[in-house]
Amino acid sequence: MTRLFKPLQSLVLAVGMAFLAIPLLAGAEVPRPDIPQANARYSEAQGCVEPTEEMRKNHMEYILHQRDETMRQGVRTKQYSLEECINCHVPKPESGKIVRSDSKEHFCSSCHSYAAVKIDCFSCHRDTPMPDAEPGMHRLGGGKGHHFTETETELTADVLRAATEEGLQ
Amino acid sequence: MSEHVDTSRRRFIGGTAGAAAGMSIAPGVFLNQVAQAKPADQPVTSENRWGMLIDTNKCGDGCDACVRGCMEENGWGDINDSEPHSAPEQKAQWIRIVELRDTRTGYAHQLPLMCQHCKHPPCVDVCPTGASMKRADGIVLVDKHICIGCRYCMMACPYKARSFIHEDLQDQLVVAPRGKGTVESCTLCVHRVDRDGADAVPACAEACAAEGHDAFVFGDLNDPNSEISRQLALHGGTEIRADLGLDLGVRYRGI
Repeated sequence: MTRLFKPLQSLVLAVGMAFLAIPLLAGAEVPRPDIPQANARYSEAQGCVEPTEEMRKNHMEYILHQRDETMRQGVRTKQYSLEECINCHVPKPESGKIVRSDSKEHFCSSCHSYAAVKIDCFSCHRDTPMPDAEPGMHRLGGGKGHHFTETETELTADVLRAATEEGLQ
Repeated sequence: MSEHVDTSRRRFIGGTAGAAAGMSIAPGVFLNQVAQAKPADQPVTSENRWGMLIDTNKCGDGCDACVRGCMEENGWGDINDSEPHSAPEQKAQWIRIVELRDTRTGYAHQLPLMCQHCKHPPCVDVCPTGASMKRADGIVLVDKHICIGCRYCMMACPYKARSFIHEDLQDQLVVAPRGKGTVESCTLCVHRVDRDGADAVPACAEACAAEGHDAFVFGDLNDPNSEISRQLALHGGTEIRADLGLDLGVRYRGI
């Protein structure tokens, strides 16, 4: 076996291994997407309209389902509406600073550019909240017609305070 | 030209759906129903058929308040002036002022023309993807999610009511998503209708009233007690190209 490890061969092997190692090292250094924080919580218990893990995996299903119901049947609940996603997850356009969907600071693009999944929502839909939008209509289930018209809940000051102390996520 | 339009093909294709709709709109069922907006989580139904009556006699000479109102509400035209490479005739035009002149007498007047929200919309007939659609409550829309931009509907529309967007847009309004490669037209301010029901006032009607002309009446054609039905029963109304038998949602007086 020792005859295989002649000096020249060793050199070739070493160089080859070094090249192999580069992508491995680089892979370890790929930065995780920096996902901007939403500006409100959905409830005391959970940040988004469904548990975060569920939303990360299946948000497109919720949006697609809502899309067809709204478009075809005029169902305009807000829980899974794209408008409310944007209102909560994207900062309002301020003077000199507009976070658009082609920026990595945009909530959707922060992850979609990382995952290399193209979205075309924003070729037609607005990618920022309207100037008069109420930020965080999801706050603790508040907001008129937020879930379903029949089951709007009154929220106590205690719940509000608890959520504020816990901080927005 | 024959008054009768042969809808046998339509009946053949949409037979089942038609039968279901016919049963649900039995006469008298909603005679005394109090007008109220549907809950946000309920689908629209064929109990309502939204329509508009426009009295062109009240239409102000040279006034385009309805067009401006529509632009502001839905974010097209000057309001979202992001079609710099399109010629004026290519740009979006959800509602336009049409001038009518009697060549013999010289008498001229004008009317606002937009999607007429037909009961039998030709745009829906020809659409190859199902993007061009009519809701149960009679509002004709384009589902831009599945519109491929073929523009057959634009050719089929007898009222030239639809526009095609040639360029990338930005900062659309939330109530009116619109974008490159899709066709669009008047939505009868569907976002207001879904919110306010029979009390809804489309932006064109609102702007017209604000101007003091009050030429528009919006309402439920299926409800015999609605303002629009009462006025139509009392004074009648004209459909543009009634000979096509499309049963329009938009009616006119004074033309």
